Amino acid sequence: MTSTNGILAFGAYVPIRRLQRSAIYQANAWFAAGLRGLAAGERSVANWDEDPITMAVEAARDCLTGLDRDTVSAVTLASTTLPYADRSNAGVVKEALNLRTNIGAGDVTGSLRCATSALIQALTGEPGRLVLASDLRKARAASEGELQQGDASAAILTGQGDVIAKFLGHYSATVDFVDHYRATGNDFDYTWESRWIRDEGYTAILGKALTEGLAALGVTGADIDRAVIPIPLRGVPEGLARVAKIKPEALQDNLVSVLGDSGAAHPLILLTAALEAAKPGEKILLAGFGQGADLLLFEATEALAKLPARMGVKGSLARARKDTNYMRFLFHRGILQVERGMRAEADEKQPGTTLYRNRKAVLGLVGGRSAKTGAVQFPKSDISVSPNDRAQGDQEDYPLAEKRAKITTYTADSLSYSPDPPVYYGAIDFEGGGRLVAEFADCAPEDVEVGREMRMVFRIKAVDDLRDFTKYFWKAVPVNAGES
Amino acid sequence: MPRGIKDKVAILGMGCAKFGERWDKDADSLMVEAFNEAIGDAGIDVSQLDAAWLSVAFDAVNIGPSGIPLATALRLPNIGVTKVENYCASGTEAFRGAVYAVASGAADIALALGVEKLKDTGYGGLPVRTRGTTFDMVGVTGSAPGNFAQLAAAYRNKHGVSKEELKRAMAHVSVKSHANGAKNPKAHLQKAVDMDTVLNAPMIAEPLGLFDCCGVSDGAACAIVTTPEIARALGKQDIVTVKALQISTSNGWELQASGWDGSYFHTTRVAATKAYEEAGVTNPREQISLMEVHDCFSITELVTMEDLFISKEGEAYKDVLDGFFDADGKVPCQIDGGLKCFGHPIGASGLRMIYENYLQLLGRAGARQRSNPPSLALSHNLGGSPIQNVSAVAIVGLADA
Repeated sequence: MTSTNGILAFGAYVPIRRLQRSAIYQANAWFAAGLRGLAAGERSVANWDEDPITMAVEAARDCLTGLDRDTVSAVTLASTTLPYADRSNAGVVKEALNLRTNIGAGDVTGSLRCATSALIQALTGEPGRLVLASDLRKARAASEGELQQGDASAAILTGQGDVIAKFLGHYSATVDFVDHYRATGNDFDYTWESRWIRDEGYTAILGKALTEGLAALGVTGADIDRAVIPIPLRGVPEGLARVAKIKPEALQDNLVSVLGDSGAAHPLILLTAALEAAKPGEKILLAGFGQGADLLLFEATEALAKLPARMGVKGSLARARKDTNYMRFLFHRGILQVERGMRAEADEKQPGTTLYRNRKAVLGLVGGRSAKTGAVQFPKSDISVSPNDRAQGDQEDYPLAEKRAKITTYTADSLSYSPDPPVYYGAIDFEGGGRLVAEFADCAPEDVEVGREMRMVFRIKAVDDLRDFTKYFWKAVPVNAGES
Repeated sequence: MPRGIKDKVAILGMGCAKFGERWDKDADSLMVEAFNEAIGDAGIDVSQLDAAWLSVAFDAVNIGPSGIPLATALRLPNIGVTKVENYCASGTEAFRGAVYAVASGAADIALALGVEKLKDTGYGGLPVRTRGTTFDMVGVTGSAPGNFAQLAAAYRNKHGVSKEELKRAMAHVSVKSHANGAKNPKAHLQKAVDMDTVLNAPMIAEPLGLFDCCGVSDGAACAIVTTPEIARALGKQDIVTVKALQISTSNGWELQASGWDGSYFHTTRVAATKAYEEAGVTNPREQISLMEVHDCFSITELVTMEDLFISKEGEAYKDVLDGFFDADGKVPCQIDGGLKCFGHPIGASGLRMIYENYLQLLGRAGARQRSNPPSLALSHNLGGSPIQNVSAVAIVGLADA
């Protein structure tokens, strides 16, 4: 099969904290000493104010670096942990990215293979599709999943023209193989014996798909320069490569030791890592596994070299902070209840009418700029805040999310309730104008000082526990050395 | 410039409940306690009141809406009661209502009463509450210490003061207020503390430690005002009049534009400038005898000394460390212990400040009476946070001052 579509850009996001698996193991060894074999390395953990939507937004922003956002024709969000069962999660992402309104948006879910399936749909559809994969899975304390999983998101923009990788074709197989499942509304997976999954799932189903798929795509295993086989079980990708006659050196590192298995996001995370390392002309094979398998074949092009710098997987993995606070992780995942105190009882009810009226400001961080004076402000108002000019009704949309800012005032507040105390906040001034009192996320004491450079991230502001509604807004994070 | 309020209104009587954790009292009883003292001082009957203003900031966890709770607690003779709320400046706002009513001639005698019952919330500090449906989506509500703490970083950066030196100056503010509060039988906190205790206290919101923060209290305070002529006709010998009464309200400039650097209170400078003009004060550092300012946090008091033009900009921390504002200093500040120790029942605080100034002017402040007889006393009552607030400045003085 041939197609003129290909990959135009990629992006990735990995939360900054890396929980040391040894800390998880040490806390649970009394109960599950057998986990010792999984206790090496570290896994990424999302902060309390992140979810698959916010992580997808960050990967998407990374992917769209330097691009005109009006070229995006549709957004697809693939995840097995979507926050909303009936409210377009991709629609929230669309607002956060401040994309034009006349585009499509949809969620895909239901299997760890949903992102590769979505990518096939995008690559065989109209150009300009933004495919996002993001998962934030929960696992019980002292489970294998707790040690093996990681939180991350990735983004691929498909389309035509100056593609960085040509799409050469795809192959899919579907089998109701229930290695694990999670019923709707449940938090945790129910998982069958790993030896059976290895033999009858990975080896039999994915092995067969690889053999048949490569043949259908008109290539042999030896033609593959980079093979992305996102299976977290040690030795399995190597065994599959052997069966498919793929060179051992073509196997991409599955990043389990430094990130963990990021679920539905993992195939796109590893594809992104492969593209970051690829040379023009290299053939890249991407596999997805879950109730069957997907295979996608790409060929890297010369355009790779022209892609503007971005965080990607490499940058996201470099931006890491070691974490040994297992208790905080349990609390942030909702597994451990701590005494939050009465200050946490504040009602967070969000009027739908108010949010809808202000959605550009709240979800898109769009402020206003006076056409007459150029004064920038957030949020917009009928009468300009400028003390020198009462210009009325002349403010045009002025997106602030991609502007850098500097700290003007700050504090570290230990009194206000926060799931991650102390909560840092203060006034920041944007390059080019505009001021915001913002919460600072992912902050350490050494990160705050007047004049410190910050950038904006899309996060959870608060959760209305009474009505199960998540309130999103933007927060500032410190710009770290080396960040573009 | 309007003609202003100077000497048009006199204070006929004032009262103040004991501030503190009044576990045994409802707001009604606190109002009665303050009112009984004030009406006794005024020497009038309740039937002579023409109008009343009630200030409460946190009515939702307190007395509820409207002026009815005041009318009911005091069994007022069906006069008009206006409930006002203007953050922590509510007390001065109620005073302004009563004073303006008398000045206009619409009322001969008017009552301003502030009350707050905060120790029914179940936790220390101010209650968490909404700032409105639009703000709640994009704003940071924060805690009061968190909001005010931000002054410190901006101030030391602007003026080149080290963290340690500023922290010491802030600690001196609190040590001084504790020393003063120890002499005040109505104060919530009546215990002196030393520098080390303040400096080593647990951090609440960096760089504010526990002793940099005032607590919250139950309490009530009230003023009965009339014209100087009626006061004299009622037999008053020493008359305290209102010299200036100014309130300045943020319009979003500090919050949304970029001209404000975070180190001072824009509104206090506006209110102080207008108040001095209204009172005819040209050199406040020399002319103001004593001050009650809104020392919700030590850093607030410190920068307010500059915003009231008592200290030069960037030099308040030196004046503080020099003892300029101590009880025996040049211009005592918080001679009653301030919000820090007298306590901070929000709606009552502005009236409590005027109460102390009134007592000091009349020489009735007991053990804490300023030896050098004061003639002009300023109170500064602030609501909100540095970046968005209501700042009230009231100057009262002896009628002939």
